[in-house]
Amino acid sequence: MLNKRIIPCLDVRDGRLTKGIKFKGNIDIGDPVETAQRYYEQGADEIVFYDITASHEKRSIFLDVVERVASKIFIPFSVGGGIASVDDMRQVLWAGAEKISINSAAVKEPGLIEQGAAAFGSQCIVVGMDVLRVAPSETIPSGYEIVIHGGRKHMGIDALWWAREVQRRGAGEICLNSIDADGTKDGYELTLTRLIADNVRIPVIASGGAGTPRHMAEAVTTGHASAALIASIVHYGQYTIPEIKQIMHDQGVPVRMIW
Amino acid sequence: MLSILDYRAGNLTSVRRALDYLGIPCTITADPQEIESGSGIIFPGVGAAGTAMHHLQASGLDRVLHEQTQKGKPLLGICLGCQIVLDYSPENDTRTLGLVPGRCERFDDQWTDGQGLPINIPHMGWNNIRLQAPCRLFTDIADEAAFYFVHSYYPAPEAEYVLGTTEYGQSFCSVLGRPGLWAVQFHPEKSGRPGLKLLSNFYQYCLEVAGAQ
Repeated sequence: MLNKRIIPCLDVRDGRLTKGIKFKGNIDIGDPVETAQRYYEQGADEIVFYDITASHEKRSIFLDVVERVASKIFIPFSVGGGIASVDDMRQVLWAGAEKISINSAAVKEPGLIEQGAAAFGSQCIVVGMDVLRVAPSETIPSGYEIVIHGGRKHMGIDALWWAREVQRRGAGEICLNSIDADGTKDGYELTLTRLIADNVRIPVIASGGAGTPRHMAEAVTTGHASAALIASIVHYGQYTIPEIKQIMHDQGVPVRMIW
Repeated sequence: MLSILDYRAGNLTSVRRALDYLGIPCTITADPQEIESGSGIIFPGVGAAGTAMHHLQASGLDRVLHEQTQKGKPLLGICLGCQIVLDYSPENDTRTLGLVPGRCERFDDQWTDGQGLPINIPHMGWNNIRLQAPCRLFTDIADEAAFYFVHSYYPAPEAEYVLGTTEYGQSFCSVLGRPGLWAVQFHPEKSGRPGLKLLSNFYQYCLEVAGAQ
């Protein structure tokens, strides 16, 4: 049976692993290559890297990180952040990433999804969606709206409509991030996760809100997601990946237990 | 030296990175002489069956593969390279290499998974293998080990060539072939330690064959 995936997410800034702290900016929390290697050895099923480097000139530093990761870990990993063209996609795929992830670039220029799928295959194209709960309206019948810039900018696009649209355009996977749940550690937004997962035929990765392994189990059982994205719960040693997997396994969730 | 077959079908570097990591000498090549002098062939798969066959025929590599496998040169097909060793693929209605009798099929979107939900297509992620016959590639790999899959079509060879199966909606063939001519639907180069072990098992076999000649 297909296993549910546990995917640690690493934010990279100027070639270093970083964590955004409210009102304090970003702090350095380590080397992305070493951390990725540690998670690989601990049984992560996939890894996501987000390049949050502000300047385009420093792109080569990030591509160097991607290449070094690719020579050390032998599981799939995807790369997001700063990808706005087919050339950008090619650069990270050729550097060794398995998939690329686009978010606000896809909202602004949806044709990018088709172009990427045509050039590299749908399996390479992950569309990230940042979603905020709103009052249902004529424009947003599902009550879930697409936002960008970390939730600061409302796009007037219904999340359910957008999920179907990105699938139609050739996305191979959706990474669904709830802005409401993000950072709360109270669990994933299960209503949203299930709504999207039940209405597309491509895998959905649940993101935002993970606080305990039970939350991850809920995301893939009640939420019908294929995978759960995690960040601070493993970055700060609260749980290790083997502990998370053991708890999920004990709850009857199919997870990869040998690596 | 292992030859990673270059048929202009996309990015072949992930297999090379894995072999480099294992210290297995390899080269990405389309040169028939280099392939002949190497100890084994890895036939990685990227892209669609139609395009891949077109490149293989245009370059004459289809004949090279037939000749070399007939002479007993070990071959390992991966993903699309697993489907293309069969006779036919409905993807782009393509006549494929015919090194192993059978065809491939598309996953049926009416199939349901363990939760009773319709399966996603492609089949993407980590899944297990149930060996149906002894296979050297799996020496010292635990039965419960999972491998990374990404595909919408699956191989359906004649029964005697089915070496391993996987459950996704239904059971399908995920490992096929005969000793020395193997093909796997998953990506060993992306399957962590069990995948790397499979690649080194293949290389060990190649060395033995080369040593015996």
